[in-house]
Amino acid sequence: MSDPLDGKTFEPVIIGFTCNWCSYRAADMAGMARMKYPPNIRLVRVMCSGRLDPTFIFKAFASGADGVMVTGCHPGDCHYIEQNYKLMRRFILMQRTLEQMGIEPGRLKLTWASAAEGAKFSEEVTNMVEEVRRLGPLNWPSAETMDEWMAKEPSIETEERP
Amino acid sequence: MAAESETKQPQERIGVYVCHCGSNIAGTVDVAEVARWAGEELKDDGVVVSRDYKFMCSSLGQEMIQKDIVEQGLTRVVVAACSPHLHEATFRNACARAGMNPYLCELVSIREQCSWVHTDKAKATEKSKAILAGGVLRVARDTPLEPMRVPIHPDVLVVGGGVTGIQAALELANGGKHVYLVEKDSTLGGHMAQLDKTFPTLDCSACILTPRMVSAGNHPNITLLTWSEVTGVSGYVGNFTITIRKKARFVREDLCNGCGVCTEKCPKKVVDDGFEAGLGYRKAVYTAFPQAVPKYPVIDVENCTYFIKGTCKACEKFCPTGAIDFNQEDEILTVPVGNIILATGYQTFDARRIPQYGYGRLANVFTSMEFERLSNAAGPTGGKVTLRDGKTTPKTVGIIHCVGSRDKKYNEYCSAICCMQSLKFAHVVKERTGAQVYEFYIDMRTPGKSYDEFYLRNLEEGVLFVRGRVAEVTDVARLPGEEGKLIIQAEDSLIGKQRRIPVDMVILSTGLEPRDDAKEVAKLFGISCSADGWYIERHVKLEPISTMTEGVFIAGCVVGPKDIPASVAQGSAVAARVYQYIQQGEISLEPYRATINAEECSGCRICNDLCPFNAISYHEEEQVSEVNPALCQGCGTCVSACPAGAITGWGFSDEQILAQIEGLMAVRS
Repeated sequence: MSDPLDGKTFEPVIIGFTCNWCSYRAADMAGMARMKYPPNIRLVRVMCSGRLDPTFIFKAFASGADGVMVTGCHPGDCHYIEQNYKLMRRFILMQRTLEQMGIEPGRLKLTWASAAEGAKFSEEVTNMVEEVRRLGPLNWPSAETMDEWMAKEPSIETEERP
Repeated sequence: MAAESETKQPQERIGVYVCHCGSNIAGTVDVAEVARWAGEELKDDGVVVSRDYKFMCSSLGQEMIQKDIVEQGLTRVVVAACSPHLHEATFRNACARAGMNPYLCELVSIREQCSWVHTDKAKATEKSKAILAGGVLRVARDTPLEPMRVPIHPDVLVVGGGVTGIQAALELANGGKHVYLVEKDSTLGGHMAQLDKTFPTLDCSACILTPRMVSAGNHPNITLLTWSEVTGVSGYVGNFTITIRKKARFVREDLCNGCGVCTEKCPKKVVDDGFEAGLGYRKAVYTAFPQAVPKYPVIDVENCTYFIKGTCKACEKFCPTGAIDFNQEDEILTVPVGNIILATGYQTFDARRIPQYGYGRLANVFTSMEFERLSNAAGPTGGKVTLRDGKTTPKTVGIIHCVGSRDKKYNEYCSAICCMQSLKFAHVVKERTGAQVYEFYIDMRTPGKSYDEFYLRNLEEGVLFVRGRVAEVTDVARLPGEEGKLIIQAEDSLIGKQRRIPVDMVILSTGLEPRDDAKEVAKLFGISCSADGWYIERHVKLEPISTMTEGVFIAGCVVGPKDIPASVAQGSAVAARVYQYIQQGEISLEPYRATINAEECSGCRICNDLCPFNAISYHEEEQVSEVNPALCQGCGTCVSACPAGAITGWGFSDEQILAQIEGLMAVRS
């Protein structure tokens, strides 16, 4: 089998979801303090982690992400009182669903970071990038490949028994 | 790279603006390349103009965008620069001035989330392209929005009756606004009322504070609620409903004239752990101190003989106005306010947590608050500086700085006031007793008006300074001359030697800490604490008294340790900000709200219970749910939970977020 990476180090791409009040501000804080973390994460800002629709996670994987990091305020610190608890419930469901689809649990991670925890944020990102790097590329079929596959005539190759 | 979403909008004309931020972004990201790439590769996504500029937020940068909107007929704008928390409003306002709906402008962060945290220029440039592509795909799906206008109730809640709260309340009340000033204790004054002198001017703390307390207590525009606590907060900026529990004083305020006979006649004496810091006594019915505002005493239920044994009632017998009421109950008040100011202050570090300093074990080790009371003319010794026996005058005194501060084991931060407070103690000790004073400090921090001059004055007065952290305070004598003394063992880092200095008295300059209930209070008002427990300001430099929660403001030591001038300045600043909101009459809120499309709603009611603000109601007849935009806070939880996809989260719609994810993933080497 040929090496798909062609000898290069695998650079995963991770989509991170941040809430406007805590984890996005933690990311800002990491920036202001010039804390360094790998450039493999790309962030989406939502108002609250409770806004996280499971579709967003599937969309990220389907668009080629190798990992998804979900972040929010610490339990009990939610700007909207308790919506991060609702995310927690969904998160467990999403993790199970993804496992059943053959996606390693390490590719979906939930992390709490308060607005003051820039250091924690950068550390968690660093850890996740390394973990996903170890897991390797996800190689989920893209929508186009799926279309190609679906368009193919189903064929069953039979082998002649000796 | 065209978006594949089916809900593709009619082709927009998008302008892209990439900021260098001097070298802040351009140092790590090839800004010109990002702009060039967007102009070529994102053409199919609607990008018609793509530029880079040194400082996009400058007036020239903003004018460039406005010019393009007008001349090129842009319908959308994406700025790739700093965090939206910093400049989103700047660019949205710029677009609005050129006639564009401000919510059709997106600011994506390639500084805080890219150039500042990465070092590899090629990778940071690639990531910037991805972030920008996310913004471009998102902006095409933005919808024009109008900010919500909500009226501001003119009344204000101030929590905390220390010097900061008093200042804020008076500023507003003098300006004709009505203030509810809520204080947990039985009197206004806070920590400042306990202090003897204030540095560096050495003016008497009570003399400058009590007139303010009286003004606040008498002010026609201030409803003073002492011995009260806020138990509930509901609503949102402009329209909060506050529930306050006014604890039973067992003294009727309408009848009491503050004569003090009840206190005089009360047979029960208890150690005063509050105002007198454990050095003095008070009665079971008491006012915290003679100048207390309001003048009405309270009965301490835990210690009152009547409440314990069912007999006594001496106070009731002797009260000339019949004001004692043993059957009084807590009162629950509900008041509407438009803005909230939290000035709940601090607590002092508990010196018992550092056992090697001997506080609580060695009699003549005092905390700073104890020394304040000891040196106070109204204190237990009448201002005479003595040892714990109340008689002996100390001949040598050691003052230890940074107790509980600048120490990884306790608090890493500097408590800001301890150096000056220690210098003040040294001066007072020398003045009153002529004792030899040693100050043990790590660094001398005197950055305030006339502060360093005060340090020099202490040097001239012969106070001895030892630079180094104290290891131990002990009463075990090892060397001649140490018998019967407290020995301070410290490293003198200037001469590089360990020293043992025998003294009669040790004062621990204890640091400031967030109050034990700071986290609970923060939760009640919907704001956040730092890891240390201090309340987080919206912007540490430019918005020091605002929080991320609209309508909730913070001032004084609750934001972090500070001295009296800084606390008072914040009290005034916060009042000015609130006054500005009240004068506007109404406030604009971000239109990030959810709405339910009645035609798509199946009436399943899943969303109803998800909303913590009770913003969603169900119409039985039509069998659909509806969001009340005034109550909706825009978290979007219902949007993601709706099985029918009938709920739209304005500003953060599914289409916008899915398109952004697509954009973020579109660039990969």
